[in-house]
Amino acid sequence: MSLGAARGDLVVSNDELAGPIDSSDEWIRQRTGIIERRRSSAAEGAIDLAERAGKEAIAKAGIDPGAIGAVIVATISNSVQTPSLAALLADRVGATPAAAYDISAACAGYTYGIAQADALIRAGVAEYVLVVGAEKLSDFAKPTDRSISFLLGDGAGAAVVGPSDSVGIGPTVWGSDGSKWDAVGMDHTIKEAFEDPEGEFPTLRQDGQAVFRWAVWEMAKVAQQALEVSGISAEELTAFVPHQANMRIIDEFAKQLGLPDSVLIARDIQTTGNTSAASIPLAMHRLLEEHPEASGGYALQIGFGAGLVFGAQVVRLP
Amino acid sequence: MAHTTEEVLAGLAELINDETGISPDQVTLEKSFTDDLDIDSISMMTIVVNAEEKFDVKIPDDEVKNLTTVGEAVSFIAKAQG
Repeated sequence: MSLGAARGDLVVSNDELAGPIDSSDEWIRQRTGIIERRRSSAAEGAIDLAERAGKEAIAKAGIDPGAIGAVIVATISNSVQTPSLAALLADRVGATPAAAYDISAACAGYTYGIAQADALIRAGVAEYVLVVGAEKLSDFAKPTDRSISFLLGDGAGAAVVGPSDSVGIGPTVWGSDGSKWDAVGMDHTIKEAFEDPEGEFPTLRQDGQAVFRWAVWEMAKVAQQALEVSGISAEELTAFVPHQANMRIIDEFAKQLGLPDSVLIARDIQTTGNTSAASIPLAMHRLLEEHPEASGGYALQIGFGAGLVFGAQVVRLP
Repeated sequence: MAHTTEEVLAGLAELINDETGISPDQVTLEKSFTDDLDIDSISMMTIVVNAEEKFDVKIPDDEVKNLTTVGEAVSFIAKAQG
């Protein structure tokens, strides 16, 4: 029904990150398509980003936050095991006593949340659902890591999902491949860090080549399935909004899908970075700001990430 | 249908040209993908996936890291054809 967005308050250039990874602005641009990324200052956490994005989505939906039946936050950025960010977010946006829970599905988290919202509303368990992807990945970025750190950004994207006479969310194609559990994730556990006198806080890393291959060729099949089950062809799409993992993945993915030139492709990563669960709603929000005429058209969104897990659905752009 | 080593090299050079624009006559056995041909790990993966299809072989992710030169890639593909 509506989207909200919040990006980290700091703009971090490639030059600022290039030193510790013994690299350059040119190398980062060439490898990732990123010119700069948004990160949050110390004062701003994932919950604050979620709150800003959530409130915008609620205001744009024109509903009373009290009508929200469930608040779902897709995130890997909660700094505590419990309680959930969703419970706090529900309180902050005025949705209490809505059901509230976090989803840990990495970069597929938002699509998992949309699948859940769709199912909850169809089942009559909730009338409106607030789905937010919120991340402060800079908390988990090691400046000297050459596999992923320079990709990461901070932000939150929110969607209010509500009842409709026509189908606004197509059937979800989702799943996992736990055999690749080691492909992307943390470099060690919190316990290991604590027990080691010189231990550092766990940070993100990935096997870039394995992830690239899976993200392009395996996910292209998932994207095709999502189109098929929704009954929408590539030619009928207004937009393609993949998880903003890396511009090279987006480019190769679009090529594999054979999308017509008329389809708008979200490339928000260029100035936002990879914000994991937040990346799809942020990219979609930006696409609509830049192309308001796209509203009402069909978009194929697909998230994929650590797990490995993935989720895709065709949706109507708000 | 098993290809000869020369055919594999020629086929691989064509794939490299498609992905990077590097002229096939630059693709010789002793060349290193990264140091000599300046092919980054992402382009390498695209070339690997296309080679799997072209030569009907499997090149696992673990193996890709070991293929640092054109010669190593050609040997692997030729052998994998079985």
